[in-house]
Amino acid sequence: MSVITIERKVLARNDEIAAANRALFRKHKLFVINVVSSPGSGKTSLIEQTLKRLADRLPVAVIEGDVQTDLDAQRVARYSVPVVQIVTNGGCHLEAKLVQDALSALDLGAAQLLIIENVGNLVCPSNYDLGEHLKVVVASTTEGDDKPLKYPAMFRNAGVLVVNKIDLVPYVNCDPGTLRANALSINPSLIVFETSCTTGHGIDLWCDWLFAQSSS
Amino acid sequence: MHELSIAHSIVDIVRQYVQGPDLKLVRSIRVKVGEHSGVVVDSLEFSFSAITAETDLKSSRLDVDRIPFVIECRSCGARSRTEWGVARCPVCGASETAVVSGTELQVLDIELEDTPSEGS
Repeated sequence: MSVITIERKVLARNDEIAAANRALFRKHKLFVINVVSSPGSGKTSLIEQTLKRLADRLPVAVIEGDVQTDLDAQRVARYSVPVVQIVTNGGCHLEAKLVQDALSALDLGAAQLLIIENVGNLVCPSNYDLGEHLKVVVASTTEGDDKPLKYPAMFRNAGVLVVNKIDLVPYVNCDPGTLRANALSINPSLIVFETSCTTGHGIDLWCDWLFAQSSS
Repeated sequence: MHELSIAHSIVDIVRQYVQGPDLKLVRSIRVKVGEHSGVVVDSLEFSFSAITAETDLKSSRLDVDRIPFVIECRSCGARSRTEWGVARCPVCGASETAVVSGTELQVLDIELEDTPSEGS
């Protein structure tokens, strides 16, 4: 028997492409966020609300990732920002290569903030670096307050938690304080925002913070 | 179900190191999988055998080293295994901790059977 020593990360190829994406973002002074969550937590709604408030203040571009359809790209295009839809055809997450290909369809020099909406899935996207500066995990109150404990990798790898559908707290079995405490028990450095895309609660705070990050 | 694409990535790495007829000599591929790597080992093993079934790698197997999730406290220095991946130090209660292990996803080595020609 002979042994070949490898000691290589399984996703090393993805990480190499992610590093190339990151270098490209740096070159164009582009701030990039990767928005992740389970399906239906309100990622697209949050992006729409964000575009409503930020698109006039700084140039934004969007990459939408979905298993099927370009419905989300259609929603985002209403805000007159450049948008590219990635359809993964069954793939449960975005990979750096898919983002690299999508970037060629965008004028990166004309944008200052790039929002990537990942496929709705709280497990797989946490493994794949896309080259982003920041992962934003959206958890809605309708999902309950235990999700950070059930899907810790996603919350550990994120820099920001947006607790969405905060207006529904009176009607659902979710304590936002417990949700926040559970998330911070996994990742104490998480920055937490509470929002409602229906009432607009907390959206200005989130947008002002994102604007400051994108401009610095 | 990203274990399928993880399995493909493992096979791609193996093919970078072993080519042509030598692929049939691969006996085992040792991988390190952290408890909190987000990978289900059973699914990974199933995916690996499914994608290698009709190939030169059909007689190879995945050997999985499971790595426990361990944090180190920046306050008291204790190293602990914590349940559910909680980052708080179970010894002193501090929340400033660093992950020491348990998020790995790595190909360690490949074991090959010796070729008859080389052994002569």
